[in-house]
Amino acid sequence: MVLLGGSGVGKSSLAMRFGRDEFYTTSPTVGCAYMTRVVHLSDVTLRFEIWDTAGQEKYHSVTPLYYRGAHAALLVYDISKRETFIRAQMWLKELENQYIQGSTVIWLVGNKGDLAQNRQVSVQEGQGLASHKGLFFIETSALSGEHISELLQSVAHRVYESIGGHQGGLSEWQETPIVELQHRDTSNPFASCCKVGP
Amino acid sequence: MVTHRAHHLFGTYSEGRDQPRPPSILIGRLNLSSEIPDVCCGIAPDVSAVHQSDWDGIMERDNHQEGEAQGVKICDPPSESNPLAHTLATSLSLLGNHMFPDQVERNDSGTANKEETVDSFISDITAEEPSLDAESHSNQVTKLDTEETENPECQNIASTQPTDGGTEDAADNDQSDSGEFVVTMLAKAKLEEQGLGVKGRSSPLLEAGTQECPAFITHREEDVTADSWRQHRKHVFVLSEAGKPIYSRYGSEEALSSTMGVMMALVSFVQSGDNIIRSVYSEEHTVVFLQKGPLVLVCVSSSRQSEQQLRGELLYVYYQIISMLTQASISRIFEHKKNYDLRRLLAGSEKILDGLLNLVDSDPSFLLAAVHCLPIASSLRDSLSQILQKAITPNLVFSILIAKNQLLTIVQEKNVIEDSRLEPADVHLLLNLIGASSAFQAGEIWTPICLPLFNPDCYFYAYISYLDPPECTVCLLLLSTDKEAFYAVAECKRKIEEAMVAQNSLSLIAKAHSYSVSQVGVSDLRHFMYKPFDVPDNYRQLTQFTSPEMEAPYSSEEEKMRLLDLYRYMHSRIHSTSRPLKLIYHVAERETLLAWVTSKFELYTCFSPLVTKACAITAITKLLRWIKKEEDRLFIRYPPKYSTTPNPSKSSRSGKSDQQDSTDNGFLSLL
Ligand SMILES: Nc1nc2c(ncn2[C@@H]2O[C@H](COP(=O)(O)OP(=O)(O)OP(=O)(O)O)[C@@H](O)[C@H]2O)c(=O)[nH]1
Ligand SMILES: [Mg+2]
Repeated sequence: MVLLGGSGVGKSSLAMRFGRDEFYTTSPTVGCAYMTRVVHLSDVTLRFEIWDTAGQEKYHSVTPLYYRGAHAALLVYDISKRETFIRAQMWLKELENQYIQGSTVIWLVGNKGDLAQNRQVSVQEGQGLASHKGLFFIETSALSGEHISELLQSVAHRVYESIGGHQGGLSEWQETPIVELQHRDTSNPFASCCKVGP
Repeated sequence: MVTHRAHHLFGTYSEGRDQPRPPSILIGRLNLSSEIPDVCCGIAPDVSAVHQSDWDGIMERDNHQEGEAQGVKICDPPSESNPLAHTLATSLSLLGNHMFPDQVERNDSGTANKEETVDSFISDITAEEPSLDAESHSNQVTKLDTEETENPECQNIASTQPTDGGTEDAADNDQSDSGEFVVTMLAKAKLEEQGLGVKGRSSPLLEAGTQECPAFITHREEDVTADSWRQHRKHVFVLSEAGKPIYSRYGSEEALSSTMGVMMALVSFVQSGDNIIRSVYSEEHTVVFLQKGPLVLVCVSSSRQSEQQLRGELLYVYYQIISMLTQASISRIFEHKKNYDLRRLLAGSEKILDGLLNLVDSDPSFLLAAVHCLPIASSLRDSLSQILQKAITPNLVFSILIAKNQLLTIVQEKNVIEDSRLEPADVHLLLNLIGASSAFQAGEIWTPICLPLFNPDCYFYAYISYLDPPECTVCLLLLSTDKEAFYAVAECKRKIEEAMVAQNSLSLIAKAHSYSVSQVGVSDLRHFMYKPFDVPDNYRQLTQFTSPEMEAPYSSEEEKMRLLDLYRYMHSRIHSTSRPLKLIYHVAERETLLAWVTSKFELYTCFSPLVTKACAITAITKLLRWIKKEEDRLFIRYPPKYSTTPNPSKSSRSGKSDQQDSTDNGFLSLL
C-alpha cells in the first residue's frame, strides 16, 4: 500500500494510526518510510507493506520507486486545504498515465476530518471526484482516529478481492496466511485487473 | 598578584588609548584579518616557552566610544585606495546613515599606524588578550580580574550575564544605541525609500539575550519587526542570486523578502566591481556573506565568532541544502530559470536546516570538523564492526552505526573509499538528518541523499532504521548507490539485528556513555577537546575528536554555551589567517584555557581559574598520556572495510552511472 499526497496532509499520521493506532506530532517525511502491518480478515490474514511517501516536491521524482507495483494507493488530501485536493488529482493523473493502469485499488482520502470548521473541500466534491474516476472515497481523521480502521479494513477487503478474484481462486492465498502484498517487479501479474468502482 | 598587575597595566593602557580615539573600530578589527600582517606572533609549540607575561593579559582594543562605527570588508583587492570601497562607502551611507567604511577613515585620519604601534607595543608584553570580548568592550577588561575585584562595573557585568549563554557583555548604557543591526538598518533604509514607516530604532544591546528563545523552537512564525527577532544571536539567511528568499533561520522568508533584497543588492553591487563582498562589521554584529553557485548565504551574528568560523557555518548550511538537492540540480534549475523559487523544493526542510544551525551552535564537532564517537570497549567496537562487515549486499558503500547521536562504528566499501575518505562534514549532515526527523522512528526510511563532500552531484540511497524501538537511540544507517536496493539493504538490517541480538550488543551499547573528565585524574582540569591529526597509523581515516561530558560548572545551557564560546575564541586565534598561534594560554574570568596545536593534534583544555601555569603543563602531559592509554576506547582506530562491488565503476565516486540519478530526479520537470 502506498500513501500519496501533498506535504502535511497527514500521510505519516495515517500510517502511524494503521501501524500503532497512535497519533504523534510528526516531522515531514524524508524520502519514504516503510512499515508493515498485519490485517486480519475473516478468512485470511494479509500483511501490508506500507510505503509512506514524502509529499515534499523535492522527492516527487523518487515516488515512482514506491508506488510501482502497489496494490493499493491512498491519495490523501487535507479537507481544510483546497490545494492539496488539487494535488491529489495530479497524483491520480500520474498513477493513471504512467505506472499502474488499473492494477491498483485507489482510495481518495480526505483527511483531517476533525477540522470541519475550516473545511475547503466538501464531502460532495470528494465523493464526486471519486465516483467520476472510479475510486473509493472516505473521510478520516488521523487525529481523532475516526474511520481509520474502517479504511484499513476496506482496503484489505478490496485488495484481497482484487487479487484473489483475478487469481481465480483463493486457495493459494489461504494456504499461506501471510501474503506479501507488494512486489517490486514492474511486470505486474494483475495488470489486467479492472478498476473497481465504489 | 598577577591579576593586580594586569589590572594596573590595563589602566595605564586604557587611559592612553582613550584620548586619541580613532574614529573607527574597524581599524582594530581589521588588524585581525588577513590584510595586515600582524606583529604579534605565535608562541613556539613547546609548553615551556609560555612566559609569565602571557598571563598579564592586556586589552587589545576598547571601542566603547565608537558608537556608530561600521565597516565593510571586501576581499579583493585589499588595497587602501580602493575606489570601489569609496563608492561602496557612499552607497552604504545612503542605505544607512551610520556606515563608515574603514578604508575611508583610514585614509583620512591615518590612525591605522597609531593602532599598529600600540599593537606592537602590546605584543611585546602579551601574547594573548585576556578576554573573549576583548576586542570590543573596554569594560570587558574587568572580566580579567574575576570576582576578586571591587570594581562595581564588573559586578554589574557578572550579574547581567546574558541568558542566551553568550559571553556578550550586557554593556553599560553609553553603548546602548551604538550597536545597530546592520541588516535591519539596510532594510529600514529600503523601507523608508518605499515610504513605509519603521518603528523607532531600539538597541539590541540593552536587552541583549534576555529574551532569547530557548533552542529547538520553531521560529518561522516570528514577528520580524519585533525586537526579540533582532536579538537573536545568530541569523542565517539564504537567498538566490536573483534576490529571492530561500531560507531564514528566524521569521518567515516572505516577511524578510525586502531585507534579503537589500542584501542581494549589496552583494551584486560589489560584484559589479569584480569584487566579492565577504563581511560587514558593525559594533555588535558581524555580517558574513558566502556565495556558492547561484546561492547567497548570509550570517548576521553577534556571537563574536571569527569571520572564518561563521563562513564555515554557512558552508555547512550550503552543504545541507546540497545534501537534499545536489549541486548539479541546483545549478541546472537556476540556469533554466534565474528567479526560480527554491523554497518549492526546500519546503519541509526548514526543520533540518534549523536543526543544523542549533547543532552548529551547541556541538563542537562542527567547529573542529571532526566526528565524536561514543567511547566503548574496543572489543565491543570490533564485534559491531564485524557484524556490519558481514551484512553486505552489492552497491552498499557505507554501514554506519550510531548511538545517542554519536558514532559507534563505520564500515566502508573498499573500492569506493580507495581515493577518498568520508569527510566529517558529511557525517555531520547525516547525523543532523537523523536527529531532525522524528519520522525515522516510525519505521524504515529509504531516501535519496547526497554527501556533498564526497560527491556534490550524486545521490546515495540511505536506509535508516532504529534498532531499539521504542527508545530509538541506536540507529543503523546503510548507504547504497542503487536506488532499487531497498529490499536487499533491509535484509542486511535484518542480519545485523539478528547478530546483535545473538551477541547481546544492544544492552552493551546501552551501557556506553560519554566519560567524565574526572577519569583523567587531573584535579584542575574541567574539560577538554582533543583532535588527533592524520598520522601514519590512521592516515586517510575519518577525522575524530574526543571530549568528556560537560560537567559542573558547565552543566547549564548558558554555561555550556559560554565554554563553547571560549573554545570558539581560542579556535579562532589558533586558526587566524593573519597570525596563527600554536599555543595560547588564556586567563578568562572564570576559567583558564590552554589551546595547543602541533603536527599531531589539536588540543583545547579548560582549567579552574586557580590553576598555575606549571600545573596546567603537567596536567596536559598527564592528559596526553591518559588519551594515549584510552585511545582504543575513545576512537574508531582501524575502520574495517568490505568489498561488495565487483565492478568499482558502479561506485558513486568513480563511475558516472549515478550521475543519471540527479538528472532523472526530475527537478527540471518541475520548472
Ligand atoms: N487536525 C488534524 N491534524 C492532523 C491530522 N493528521 C495529521 N495532522 C497534522 O498535520 C501535520 C502533518 O502531518 P503528517 O502526517 O506529517 O503529514 P504528511 O502527509 O506525512 O507530510 P509529508 O511527510 O511532508 O508528506 C502534523 O502536524 C499532524 O499532526 C488530522 O487528522 N487532523
Ligand atoms: Mg510524512
